[in-house]
Amino acid sequence: MGGMAAPQVAPVETPDTHEVPAADRPWVTIVWDDPVNLMTYVTWVFQKLFGYSREKAEELMLDVHHKGKAVVSSGARERMEHDASQLHAYGLWATVDRS
Amino acid sequence: MFRRRGDRYVATFAVDEVRVLRKVASEVVGLLTDGFDHSDPVVCRLFPEAYPDDAAGTAEFRRYTEGDLKTAKIDQAGAILAALPGDSGGEVRLDAEAAEAWLRALNDARLAMGVRLEIKDGTDLGAELDDAVADDPSSSRVFQLSVYAYLGYLQESLLNALID
Repeated sequence: MGGMAAPQVAPVETPDTHEVPAADRPWVTIVWDDPVNLMTYVTWVFQKLFGYSREKAEELMLDVHHKGKAVVSSGARERMEHDASQLHAYGLWATVDRS
Repeated sequence: MFRRRGDRYVATFAVDEVRVLRKVASEVVGLLTDGFDHSDPVVCRLFPEAYPDDAAGTAEFRRYTEGDLKTAKIDQAGAILAALPGDSGGEVRLDAEAAEAWLRALNDARLAMGVRLEIKDGTDLGAELDDAVADDPSSSRVFQLSVYAYLGYLQESLLNALID
């Protein structure tokens, strides 16, 4: 990710409110790090597409940046393919996989 | 660079900027229409494989999503072309919808240029540009690197105006 402006990271613990049984979320959408997308842009896309809070979106963006990838959504396969194609429309590098 | 004015996002462009923006947006449209080729690394980056280890799954995904995705990308590049002033400098005023189309289109243009310029994680643009200038100040690489950097600043200014 191209870090033109360092994001301000709030040290907020985001409780995981999306805990669902594994069987109900067998697929995931993964976003991969790339050297072009701006960090601020990636954060904005996560907020925009998934309705995540600024904190949650920044946490995911930093995961992508530092770990090389992050799971951004989970659920039915068709839903994940929808998410991936939306992310592609915004230029993010997204793939679908089994969780 | 963009600023917010009321519910509009406004920037004033010099004639050279208008020409550059028209050129990069037209190149994206060209890439998505006549020049569309899955073996082009730029096309690969704009239309990533949904299943990197599953060619059949990727083909199936593309069959259902690629047409709409291509149309969306052509439309967003078209939003840049539609809003630019004629072949002189001038002001661009965008509503929220057009501003988001510009953001996505500027990102597509940067992705395309990033692949061609072989931008990597940790690439220092300033150093790359210095090297290219030292090599040949009139080279296409110098121009392309400058445009790439310019598009990044422009995109960031628009994003900052949007989330302000």
